[in-house]
Formats: sequence, C-alpha cells, structure tokens
Amino acid sequence: MGPVLAGVLQLLALITALALAHVPLGTYMARVYSCDRHWRVEKWIYKGIGADPDTQMRWPAYLRGVLAFSAVGVLFLYLLQRLQGHLPGSLGFRAIDPDQAFNTAASFVTNTNWQSYYGEQTMGHVVQTAGLAVQNFVSAAVGIAVAVALVRGFARSRTGELGNFWSDLVRGTVRILLPLALVAAIVLVACGAVQNFSGIHEVGQFMGGSQQWNGGAVASQEAIKELGTNGGGYFNANSAHPFENPTPFTNIFEIFLLLVIPLALTRTFGLMVGSVRQGYAILATMATIWVGFTALMMWTEFAHHGPALELAGGAYEGKEVRFGVGSSSIFAVATTLTSTGAVDSFHSSFTGLGGGITMLGMMLGEIAPGGTGSGLYGMLIMAVIAVFIAGLMVGRTPEYLGKKIGTREIKFAACYILITPALVVVLTAAAMALPTPGDSMTNSGAHGFSEILYAYTSASNNNGSAFAGLNADTQWFNSSLGVAMLLGRFLPMVFVLAMAGSLAEQRPVPATAGTLRTEKPLFTGLLVGAILIITGLTYFPALALGPLAEGLAS
Amino acid sequence: MTTDVTEQEDSMSTAVPTRAPHEEVPTGHQDQGRVGAGLFDPAQLVRSLPEAFRKLDPRVMVKSPVMFVVWIGSLLTTAFSFKDPGDRFGWTISAWLWLTVVFANLAEAVAEGRGKAQADTLRKAKTDTVARRLTGDREEQVPGTALRIGDLVVCEAGDVIPGDGDVVEGVASVDESAITGESAPVIRESGGDRSAVTGGTKVLSDRIVVRITTKPGETFIDRMIALVEGAARQKTPNEIALNILLASLTIAFLLAVATLPPFADYAGTHLTTVVLVALLVCLIPTTIGALLSAIGIAGMDRLVQRNVLAMSGRAVEAAGDVSTLLLDKTGTITLGNRQASEVVPVTGTAEAELADAAQLSSLADETPEGRSIVVLAKETYGLRERRQGELKGAEWIAFTAQTRMSGVDVDGRKIRKGAAGSVVAWVRERGGEVAQDASELTDRISEAGGTPLLVAVEDAEGARVLGVIHLKDVVKDGMRERFDELRRMGIKTVMITGDNPLTAKAIAEEAGVDDFLAEATPEDKMALIKREQAGGKLVAMTGDGTNDAPALAQADVGVAMNTGTSAAKEAGNMVDLDSNPTKLIEIVEIGKQLLITRGALTTFSIANDVAKYFAIIPALFAAVYPGLDRLNIMGLTSPDSAILSAVVFNALIIIALVPLSLRGVRYRPVSADRMLRRNLTIYGLGGLIAPFVGIKLIDLLISLIPGIG
Repeated sequence: MGPVLAGVLQLLALITALALAHVPLGTYMARVYSCDRHWRVEKWIYKGIGADPDTQMRWPAYLRGVLAFSAVGVLFLYLLQRLQGHLPGSLGFRAIDPDQAFNTAASFVTNTNWQSYYGEQTMGHVVQTAGLAVQNFVSAAVGIAVAVALVRGFARSRTGELGNFWSDLVRGTVRILLPLALVAAIVLVACGAVQNFSGIHEVGQFMGGSQQWNGGAVASQEAIKELGTNGGGYFNANSAHPFENPTPFTNIFEIFLLLVIPLALTRTFGLMVGSVRQGYAILATMATIWVGFTALMMWTEFAHHGPALELAGGAYEGKEVRFGVGSSSIFAVATTLTSTGAVDSFHSSFTGLGGGITMLGMMLGEIAPGGTGSGLYGMLIMAVIAVFIAGLMVGRTPEYLGKKIGTREIKFAACYILITPALVVVLTAAAMALPTPGDSMTNSGAHGFSEILYAYTSASNNNGSAFAGLNADTQWFNSSLGVAMLLGRFLPMVFVLAMAGSLAEQRPVPATAGTLRTEKPLFTGLLVGAILIITGLTYFPALALGPLAEGLAS
Repeated sequence: MTTDVTEQEDSMSTAVPTRAPHEEVPTGHQDQGRVGAGLFDPAQLVRSLPEAFRKLDPRVMVKSPVMFVVWIGSLLTTAFSFKDPGDRFGWTISAWLWLTVVFANLAEAVAEGRGKAQADTLRKAKTDTVARRLTGDREEQVPGTALRIGDLVVCEAGDVIPGDGDVVEGVASVDESAITGESAPVIRESGGDRSAVTGGTKVLSDRIVVRITTKPGETFIDRMIALVEGAARQKTPNEIALNILLASLTIAFLLAVATLPPFADYAGTHLTTVVLVALLVCLIPTTIGALLSAIGIAGMDRLVQRNVLAMSGRAVEAAGDVSTLLLDKTGTITLGNRQASEVVPVTGTAEAELADAAQLSSLADETPEGRSIVVLAKETYGLRERRQGELKGAEWIAFTAQTRMSGVDVDGRKIRKGAAGSVVAWVRERGGEVAQDASELTDRISEAGGTPLLVAVEDAEGARVLGVIHLKDVVKDGMRERFDELRRMGIKTVMITGDNPLTAKAIAEEAGVDDFLAEATPEDKMALIKREQAGGKLVAMTGDGTNDAPALAQADVGVAMNTGTSAAKEAGNMVDLDSNPTKLIEIVEIGKQLLITRGALTTFSIANDVAKYFAIIPALFAAVYPGLDRLNIMGLTSPDSAILSAVVFNALIIIALVPLSLRGVRYRPVSADRMLRRNLTIYGLGGLIAPFVGIKLIDLLISLIPGIG
C-alpha cells in the first residue's frame, strides 16, 4: 500500500469514526446543558466555591463569571510556577521566570497552550498536574460554556437569561470532559503512552553519550490535551514524542479526540435550537473546510518537488516516520483548524504551501471545527455575518434561526471579527519593526518572517502550536504573545456573550417561504465562501510575504 | 333566513368607509406589473456633477466611513505627488482616487436629483398663499405662513387652501392634483371621513371653513418636499448595520495594509504611500460604500414615483419584511360593488319572465347593484334596456333606503324588487303567498356568499314572488395570481370585511386569500394585528378612516389613503396619494427590492477583492519574491499598470453600477431559495469573475499609454 493511499484510508477511517461518534456525544451534551438536576459531586463543588447553580444569569453576569474565573486561574497558575522551587514533586526544577510564568499562565487559561519552555526540563509534576492539567479541563469547559450561552441566546426568546456560568462550567468538566478523558487515557495507556510519577532517568544513547528522561502523568494529560483542544505537550516534542503518541493508531486516535467535541457540538447546537438540520448545516461547513484543507495539505506534502523529496515519497523532513506524511498532514490540519496546537510533526518543516495551510487554518479563526466551544461560537458569528449579507439578497432584513440580525448584533459580530486580525497584524508588524525581536528567528527570508507571523497567529487565535525555529523565550515574545492570547480569548467572548444577550431578548420571527433557509447546502456554500473571503483575504498580503513567497518559489 | 341588503350595507360602512370618487381609477403602474421601472438618463450624471464636487466637503464625506477613507487616501497621494512632481504614476493614481470619490458623490447626487424636480413643483403650489382668517365673524387676509393651529380660514371657489386642516363647515370640490397628480376633483365636507384638506390644493366650487391642524413649515406639503428631496432622510436600521459591517471591514483592511511596510522592508522592498493607498482603496468595500446611500434614496424615490410617500425609510425596510397583509375586501379584493350574476325563478315561473320583471323593476334603481341587474338582463337574457320614458303611463318607484325596494307600476302590473324582508312584507300586505322555494333560494344564495334580492309582482293573479336575483361580490381580475405570488414570497394575506362569516368565507375562497376577518370592527382589526405581531410577524395594512387610525399606527407598515382623514394620515407611516389599496403589494415589493439591491451590491463588492489581490500582490512583491509572479494569473503588463488597472476598475465599476443602484435589482416574487441562488450566482460569482476580466481589459488599454504601461 502506497503512502498516499494509506493517508487517504486513514482520513476515511477518521471521518467514519467522527460521523459515528458525534451523534451520541452531541445528543449527550445537549442533555447535559439542558437538564435541571445536579449530580451530588457537583453540589459539593457548588458549595465549595459558594456558587448558586440555579440562578439564571444575564450576559454581563455570565461574562463576569467567565472573566473572574479565568483571572483567578491565571493568578493561581502564575504563582504555582513562581513557587515551583519550594513545591514538592518538582523534580528539582527551579521557579519559572516572571515573563515566562505569565506567558504560560495566560497560555493555559486561554486554552492556547503555547509553550515557550521545554516541559521535561522546566515543569515538575505538581505544576504539570495541579496547574496545567487542571486548566486543560476548565479552559475547555469555559469555551463550551460560552458557546452554549450563545446557543441559548438563539434558542430562548424574550428573556435576557443565558443560563448559569458555574453550572455550565462544572457540568462541562464533570459530565463531559472528565469521563471522556478517562476513557481516552486508558486507551492511550493501553497503546503504550506512559503514566507514572517517576523521577529522572539517565539513559545511554545508541550513538554513545547519555540523555535524561522523566516520566509523568503523560497519558492522562495527553487525553485532555487533545479532547479539550489544548495542545500543551508534557514533553517539548509534543505528540511527536513516543511517550505521548506511541503508535500510528494513537496518532489517528489523538486526531479523533481533538476533533470530536467541536464537531459534536454542532449537534448539541442543532438540538438546543430545535432544528437538527441547522446543526448539520454548520457541521457541513466545518467539514467542507476541514476536508478541503486536509486534501490540499496532503497534495502539497506528497507532491512536493525536489529530488530528495521525490525519492522519499513526500516532504518527510520534520515528520515522524512511524506516522508518515499522510497522517502527519491530517494531524497538522486538524490541530490548526481547531485551537489545539498539539503537533506530531514540525510545521516549520512542511513545504512552504503546507506551512501556509496551517497558518490559514488558524487565521480563519479556528472555526472548522475550531476549539471546544470557541469553534462553534466563532462559526456562528461568521454565520451571522453571512446571513446579514446574503439575507438581504432574499429581500428581507436578515434573520438567523428566527432572530433578527440588527444593528446591535452586527456591531458585536463586527467587533468580534476585527479582534484577531488586528492582534495578528499589529503585533507581527511591531515585532518586525522593532530592532530585537527579529533576533529570535532561526531562518532568514520568507521563512523567518513566517516564524513570527505564525507565532502571533497562533497566540491570537489561541492555537498554541509553533513554527519551530523561533526562540520565543524572550521578554518581548513572552509578554506580547501572552497579551495576544488573553485579548484573543476574552475580548471575543465579551462580544459573543453580548450578542447572546441581545438575541435572547428578541421575539422570534416565524419562518416563511420568504425566509432565507440556513439549513440548505446553498447556505453552507455561501458560508464557506464568506469565511474564506472575509476572514482569509485580510491576511493575504502577510501570507504572500511568508508561506506563499516560499511555496511558490520552487 | 332573510338577508337584508341595506342593513348589510350599513354595517359594512363602518369597516369600509366611504371613499372619494376617484379612488377606483386604475393606476397604470399596476398593469405594468413588477416594480423596477424608473429610467436612468445618462444626462443626469452630467447635471449632477457640480453637486458631486460640492459633496467633497469633509463634513459631508465623513458620513460614509468607507468613502471618507478613500477621500483621505486621495489627499495623501496628492500630497506625496506634490513632493515628487515628476512621478506620473503617483499623479495618475491620485487622479483616479479622486475620481472614485467623485463617482460615489455623483451616485448620491443623481439619486437626490430625481426628487428635486418633483420638489420644485410642490414648492410652486406652496408659495404665496393668502389665507382668509376668521376671527369671530370678521374675515382678514393674512399670509399662509402666519397661520397657527386652531385658526379658522375660509376658502371659496378658486382659493388655494392655505394649510392642512379639517373642514368644519360646508362641502366643496377640491382639486388635489398639485399633490396627487390626479386631475379629477374630490369632494371634501365637514364631519366624517372626508373632512381632511391639504394645504396647496385648490377649491373648485362652493365654500368651506377649515380649521388648521398643522403649523406652517410642518404641513403635509412641506414634509413631502423634504421627503422627495431626501433632506429628511435618515439612515435606516439596516443601512446603519451594514455601515457598521463595512466600517469594520475597512478597519481590518486598513490594519492589513498599514502593517505591510515593516513586512516589506524585511523582504527587501520599499512600498510607497501611493501604492499602499491604492492597495487599501482597492480592498475596502468601495463599491457598496459608494452606492449605499444612493440605493436608499432611490428606494424612497421609487415609492414617490408610484405616488406613495413613506414618512420614514424604516417603513420601507419594514415593508420588505412584512409577512402578513391585511387587505380590505371592498375596493382591494373585490370591485367596489356587488353585481347581479343570475336570476333564479321559483317553481312555476319562467326564467325569461323573471328576467324581464327584474329588469323593469331595476330601471328606476340608480344604485350600482340596480344598474348591474339591467346589464345582466341585457347581456344574458338579451333584453334591451328600456328607458323610463318609453313605457307609457308607467309609474316608477325609485330605490330608497327606507323602502329598500324599487319598481314600476305599469299596465296594471306592480313589479317590485328589493331586499328579501321588504319584498316578502310587500307581498303579504297584498294578501299574496310567498312560495316555499323562495326562502330556500335566498338561503342558498346567502350560504354561497351572495346577496339575494327578491322580485315580486302583483297582477290579476294576485301578489306573488317570481324569483331571486343573485348579487355577487366580484373579485378583481388577477387577484388570485397576485395572492399566489405573495404566498410564494412567504406573505400571508388576510381579507378584512364587514360581511358575515359565510359571505366572507365564500369570497375569501374565490379570491384565494389565506384568511379572512368577517364582521370586522376596528377593535377586531387591532386585535388581529397585535396577535400577528405577538407571533413575531410584521403586518401591513391600508386604511383611510379615523377609526382605522389606531390600527394604522399599530401596523408595522400602515398605508393611509390620501383621501382619508388627517387622523389616518397621521397614524400611518406611508400615504398613498392615489388612494389605491392594492398598491400595498407593490410597496412590499419595493421594500424587498431595496434590501436585495443592498445585499447584491455588498456581495459584489466583497467578491471583487479576490481579483484585486491577484492584480496587486504580485505587482508589489514579485520583484523580491519572483515566485509570487505566479499569482499574476491575469498576465498584467507591469507592476504599475497592474495597480493602476485595479484602481481604475474600482472607480469605473461605481459608475457602471449607478443605474442598477437607482433602478434596483430586478425583483420577481419567487421563494427565498430561488432568489438567493439567482442573486448569488449573478452578484457573488459575477463579482468574483467580472474584475478579472475588467482589470485585464483596462491593463491592455493602459499598456498602450507610453510612460505608464
């Protein structure tokens, strides 16, 4: 079996598994966020944090919950790192420097998981499990909570109430992420991922010399790393490391994990707004972009010219031989189209165009299918914009899911789509214009530019993957990327929740023959086009000077 | 069951108030079919040029964020060209950027210019009116502008009414052609629903006393002038929302372009301000930004051309969203009056005998119903119409509201025709018998939604009922098709009538409306509107009576008839000068067309960007990254000509689309699905492809010019 065929078969197997899994998971999640009863363990948590899970919140209250919870998370994670030298189980690692601790705290709370450190040489067991792993769960749960609040905005009418943030947060963690992560971790352990609290081992190398290895709660972290679209690896090599991702099967399994919740949320959305078909339309939009990007990636990675590459059967540099070009391409696209940022191969080593595809995937706002929750709300915002333009073309003022897209809604959507591009281009330009940041580049020319463009794209979109090569552990990058992550995560949430509140207050407009049918393939096509043109084109000049210049050169 | 014609007439008149005579005059627009007329004359462009230049004032420009950015860009490039006067490229780009701004202003100026002519005519009607103000019994001459609310003025034949008001005394025929363009005079009288008069109209006969109801400067004609000139135009909610989206896209592109110099410097090439501004102007949505206000003004103008005045642009937008139409039965769905459709004899009477009696008894009945019986007798039974003088010794009994009968006494025969109850009483008075099947026939006709009239005779054989005349509401031609179209557009039609439910149901079925409201009182109407609105629907209705005013105010689109009371006109958000209730359907179509045009040009504008990138990006960077020349799929001659071609295309497309934005995108009543597919193909796909072709052609031309190509 040739590598191309293998890649295609792996993709088909993945699609089948996702198609099967998203229905029960989506239905289950809809039930989780709609049910009235609390589990006993949840009641303990509510008592512990002093929250009343039954009060309905309007959008400002919901937002306050999100921001307060995340602020506490950043502070806690920062202190944990700063105090690492005094904590037990730290493998003797010292405290993290302030700028890097800030960067890492921002990174894990924003579901970005950008890592300017080497996990195995910096973070002890306590920080990894009590700090980073906890945020892997709750930052994902926050994302889903905000998405669910927006869905309720569409589903509810003549109320400003969007649900209860604490209940959504706890349920997402306890009922969805924890059980799924448990099952996933067991599968990973069974397939050979490590799970222990061992110290540092000195290991002799094949070529002579020695190397230090440590173990850790790797499999469990790996599970939530993918499932919560976090992406922060236990080890620096991330999912390319055999302790994290030992076999071709675990590779596909990890891709499955990172896609399954964002995709299943489309069904949750459909069920909660009372039309499964609306959910399918969103799913189809996500799937179209995802499959399209994957096909392009495989094409550019397999068909790349150059004698060495042709002899190898594809662009093998930076890719694990045990996964192959096909599987690595699928991983790279999936991780950048979600907000995961885990890598099983090095995006910097991809062909010029392949690197461009990973960047464009993030630049689209990570909505196909995107991060846990953030993918759905990002896609719904784009749907609102597409409806606004196309809805006019059927001769009515625009409406989506029975809600009018008026001045207020468009104001929020317009702000939402402006934030990330602004962060990416302004910060990249600042880095390029300032004298020192450029020193972090490993490469010159277009590829060097891509390293910096990639870094800000990844941080602002809360992806977390890196175009390896950039030395990001400098004060400038730690600070500016940290700010990009925080603003790129929470400013959009402000507008999403504000829009949700505005939508929830509306009276629904009944659908007639004159209503734009947003559950039809025509609308899906339109939405794909709107995403590519409205979001993608903003980045065209920057992309031209980085990956396009490189990719089209040969 | 006996149905009493006149009683029914009376009950109807509360829900369907009397209209002025010219109301039934058919309007030409309707027959021309779809909206979309409104010719565009290229000479208008030239005429509006001075106005377009006047609009370069930054205080005007700032109202359109997109074009304001172009305006600033033009200033910048011009300033930089002054710094380097030998730079022909810089000058050419600057010139075309200024043209882009001027073209945008031109679009707006042309749209506004179309209302100006009408405004001038209206102004003429307004000037120099002298009012004869009454103070007690004393009459004094004061200028029209000195009138205050509550003043009483006298108007006699030949006088121009000095201000809006209500007739409080007298009756007069009034020429309202200054406002409506309709030359047939209308009757205005004190009390009732025909008391409103409009300043600027002319009294043709008699004398009336008018109580002024509006301040000078705020009269109907003043508001009309402001509306047609576009001075009172405020941005509509959807237009504001679209402006916000366009502004945000503009900011995104502004950032993308402004951050480019450090990237380019790193790549080893320097981007001049001229080139950056050119790129920016090409990317921001200038096409829709330039045409947006013209589209809005033209939409209002299309209504004005149909003699409808929208008091707010919001109402026009709402018209596009309407999902329930309330239509009065009489005058809108059916012809104003019932017509005889057949005569049915009782057993033992010949049909011809009945027809003859029906005709004879109706000759003295001048009501439209009576006339229709004579016409039926002639057309169906071949009975020639006899004039009243023709029959010697005949005594004619005219129809009156008291007797509810008409007839004739001739040759010893007494023939009567009229409401069932009256005729039965007449027969019984004369000791006659009412045939058993007579009441069965009347019941059957009533059940079918018709109105039965009985025909009876008293002769040598005694008094007896001969048969029944079936009076029917006649549904206007083409209404069923119209309602089918509306249904396809997703609009529900509800017929409002004072008839009983049985009659209403029959007519509703015949006309093909979706629903009906029978025995409607103003309260019922109001309740219906509120019920529909509670379900999230937008409701449109027409009305003219004072009792319609609350419902007109409650409806999302309330079209008041110009013949109506001032209360109705005040309550509605549109006034139809033709007073043609069927026009509601056209208003909905115009509202939809306005929104479609806006959406189509936005889509077109955004889709255009793809081609412009393919023109400009290789031009900017192929020198340092030769691989990027592969993006030059149009094969443009040189970097300079590529950038210039994109800028020129960007400017010319505005002018090219001015006619479309004024005329509006063609609208056909089809389902949303088909409409979206069609418009998306034309304006989405077309917007992707057109600039590739356009830029290439312009580049071919430019490459012929020495020094640039």
